[in-house]
Amino acid sequence: MPMVQLKKTPLPALDAIQRRDGFQEVNLGYTPAQALAEAQRCLLCQEPACEDGCPVGVPIRDFIKLIAEGKPLEAVRRIKQVNSLPAICGRVCPQEHQCELRCVIRGKQEPVAIGALERYVADYEMNDRPGAAGVSSGHNGSTSNGHKASAKVAVVGSGPASLTAAGDLSRMGYQVTLFEALHLPGGVLMYGIPEFRLPKSIVAAEIDKLREQGVEIRCNTVIGRTITIDQLMNEMGYAAVFIGSGAGSPKFMGIPGENLTGVYSANEFLTRINLMKAHCFPDYDTPVKKGQRVAVVGAGDTAMDVVRTAIRVGAKEASVVYRRTEKEMTARVEDYRHAAEEGVIFRWLTTPVRLVGSGDGWVRGMECVRMELCEPDESGRRRPMPVPGSESVMEVDLVVMALGTNPNPTVSQSTPGLATDQYGHIKADPLTGATSKPGVFAGGDVVTGSATVILAAGAGKRSALAIHRYLSEKLNASVPGRAAGSH
Amino acid sequence: MATIVHKRDLTPITSLFEVDAPLIARNARPGQFVMVRADQRGERIPVTITDSSKERGVITLVIQEVGRTTRMVRSLEQGDDILDFVGPLGRPVELPGRGRVALVGGGFGAGAILSLAKELTVRGVHVSSIVGARNRDLIILDKEVGAHSKRLYLCTDDGSVGFHGFVTGQLAALVQEGDPFDEVFAIGPVAMMRAVAETTGRFGIKTQVSMDPIMVDGTGMCGACRLTVDGQLKFACVDGPFFDAHKVNFAEAIVRSKTYVDEERAAMTTAVARG
Ligand SMILES: Cc1cc2nc3c(=O)[nH]c(=O)nc-3n(C[C@H](O)[C@H](O)[C@H](O)COP(=O)(O)OP(=O)(O)OC[C@H]3O[C@@H](n4cnc5c(N)ncnc54)[C@H](O)[C@@H]3O)c2cc1C
Ligand SMILES: Cc1cc2nc3c(=O)[nH]c(=O)nc-3n(C[C@H](O)[C@H](O)[C@H](O)COP(=O)(O)OP(=O)(O)OC[C@H]3O[C@@H](n4cnc5c(N)ncnc54)[C@H](O)[C@@H]3O)c2cc1C
Ligand code: SF4
Ligand code: SF4
Ligand code: FES
Repeated sequence: MPMVQLKKTPLPALDAIQRRDGFQEVNLGYTPAQALAEAQRCLLCQEPACEDGCPVGVPIRDFIKLIAEGKPLEAVRRIKQVNSLPAICGRVCPQEHQCELRCVIRGKQEPVAIGALERYVADYEMNDRPGAAGVSSGHNGSTSNGHKASAKVAVVGSGPASLTAAGDLSRMGYQVTLFEALHLPGGVLMYGIPEFRLPKSIVAAEIDKLREQGVEIRCNTVIGRTITIDQLMNEMGYAAVFIGSGAGSPKFMGIPGENLTGVYSANEFLTRINLMKAHCFPDYDTPVKKGQRVAVVGAGDTAMDVVRTAIRVGAKEASVVYRRTEKEMTARVEDYRHAAEEGVIFRWLTTPVRLVGSGDGWVRGMECVRMELCEPDESGRRRPMPVPGSESVMEVDLVVMALGTNPNPTVSQSTPGLATDQYGHIKADPLTGATSKPGVFAGGDVVTGSATVILAAGAGKRSALAIHRYLSEKLNASVPGRAAGSH
Repeated sequence: MATIVHKRDLTPITSLFEVDAPLIARNARPGQFVMVRADQRGERIPVTITDSSKERGVITLVIQEVGRTTRMVRSLEQGDDILDFVGPLGRPVELPGRGRVALVGGGFGAGAILSLAKELTVRGVHVSSIVGARNRDLIILDKEVGAHSKRLYLCTDDGSVGFHGFVTGQLAALVQEGDPFDEVFAIGPVAMMRAVAETTGRFGIKTQVSMDPIMVDGTGMCGACRLTVDGQLKFACVDGPFFDAHKVNFAEAIVRSKTYVDEERAAMTTAVARG
């Protein structure tokens, strides 16, 4: 019996000082020996609790077993039966709240590094067998047949929900067209999450795979503006539509001074850099303000991405300002740790009440109050209340609001019969994604509000199946003599 | 990708483009805009749909050169492709169905009022168009706009043609002479629109202006284009671009539009040519 390794096999990473100057991916991924060592920490439980923690039910035990047996390619195939995006999820899932939280060895030891192993096999497939990425080997549901192949399905948006739905539907034999508003597909994976956490080449590889599979990708097309959902269905012959348009509309606090120059939303700051390459100005034409003293408001994944990006483009001092504490913060622990290593200052129990401008309209200061935590609110977290008289002003020259997002209203406002809730989320059946409009399905952040990549991907997967069922029934109903549900 | 099917230089700094974009032309309504990106390293910039033809599947743009991107777009020729071309974006402007309307245009807006003039004329509204420029050589699309207006008033800063002075001077003169406008619409430089708002505010005439804040995506995702209108936060690309002129916080909009003046200057001094 080998000695029990109490801690996770450390994931090799770039040195904190070194990485502050560039956008290179911080985590380097396991070597084969490290992956094997980590896989051997798994007890291969009879009833793997970890799998209950994964929103899509990745067969964690089985894939880890395959790694331990030296079969990484088989491992990745197993994962892809339920999760089409393992290279992405292995990197960005909040594992400590999901699969790894439930791992039975957690407590006495550190849980098995499920995310890092998932990433390892996905990268293995991509790196070691160039071209193999396009082969969607072993996928269930590749039941292409004549009558189905004729049906056209439109997928709106190109984030994880849409990428998954499009991939599954095309494998089932449908003619899929994916419509993206921006000039590059990928959704938040492209414009939001930075290169140092999720290399864009990985997102691009997923998109290339879809193209090879026959999915038509049409960028620069805003559904609801360029083409409406009704036009897609009534004039362009799409038999069903999946809406995965995300929750991209940024929130602001509504405090005085928020429209001073030098105040960004997280989406604007990240989009300028990730999508438009503003940090390469003037080689690229889009500019961005690079602050010396940057304050980021909020403490989710987005805030960590912003503050770490600000450091990489030259901030001398970068802080995260959050009204609750480290305990309530929603960011992934790994990213929080990486941010701290990179020199980010965390100001807990602090909230801005006013932004102070210079005479020419530039933000120069952020007036904050101290908070204290009182009784729990409806989210179960203790409610922060301001401490009277605790105001102080932080000197800043760039402020980024990372406060979360709302769904963009363009699709719902332009689609009669599509019901939304009071916040603008599309109402959809949690099991199928079916909306109030026949033939129209929705999933991901546009339904749930800002959530996670894997939840969006899971919703896309469920909707793909539901669309398949819907279209099969519709087709059977319209073919005389064919019994409904014959397959 | 969209192909330029026709190009015409209107002045030394302004060109008109007809772009092949049948899907956009089909759904375009007056007041909407497109986002344009000319090359792989280029910036996304908003440009008003000056005119559109469903039948021919084309969108007409008027581009006035003010910086690096507008210069790059203007250097494109008939037959060239525009790399990224997205639209129609923004809410269509709410136009009245009757009465008397004044359209005020300056800069590229002198052309951009054309789509409003056309639609209003179809609806039977009495249209007076007031367009301004520094001198007679910089007046654009006056024939086209005139063809869809009951009255056309040209204004030049130097008096080389038409009214000697600003568009607001002409507008005020018309109102004072007893021309009762029910509503005024203005498109042009923000300083002009603010002046129009001040002028019509004095006379209590309902006015809408097409705000032109800096945009990134143009789809409501970044908040760069935010404005304060009636004390409320608005995103010009999805809530606008037209807003009630008497409720817009112009001072804030003008400060925000100057965010990148240093970078804009730098961009003009670096070489434009690239592979
Ligand atoms: C900065 C940041 C960091 C994050 N980090 C993590 C993380 O570490 N782990 C994690 O699990 N989650 C993370 N998230 C959340 C995660 O990215 C989202 O939950 C997920 O991307 C939602 O996927 P989606 O498919 O619903 O939509 P999105 O990824 O939001 O994609 C929607 C796409 O639809 C397009 N679109 C919108 N409207 C239209 C229209 N009318 N027509 C055509 N296209 C349209 C948009 O342009 C966009 O490309 C992060 C989010 C952000 C912003
Ligand atoms: C809704 C809308 C409709 C417009 N319609 C037209 C039109 O029909 N014809 C036309 O010639 N121009 C139009 N503009 C203005 C045009 O977008 C800007 O002139 C252009 O972006 C300037 O880019 P540049 O690189 O050439 O100049 P820069 O040197 O970058 O900027 C010059 C000035 O333009 C403004 N500007 C800069 N970048 C942007 C940006 N990304 N988005 C918006 N404004 C910016 C700034 O205030 C800046 O000071 C419109 C703007 C908006 C918001
Ligand atoms: S998809 Fe995410 S939650 Fe599920 S096993 Fe993989 S890393 Fe864990
Ligand atoms: S719960 Fe932990 S130890 Fe058990 S199978 Fe899952 S990863 Fe392995
Ligand atoms: S330009 Fe990004 S929200 Fe309007």
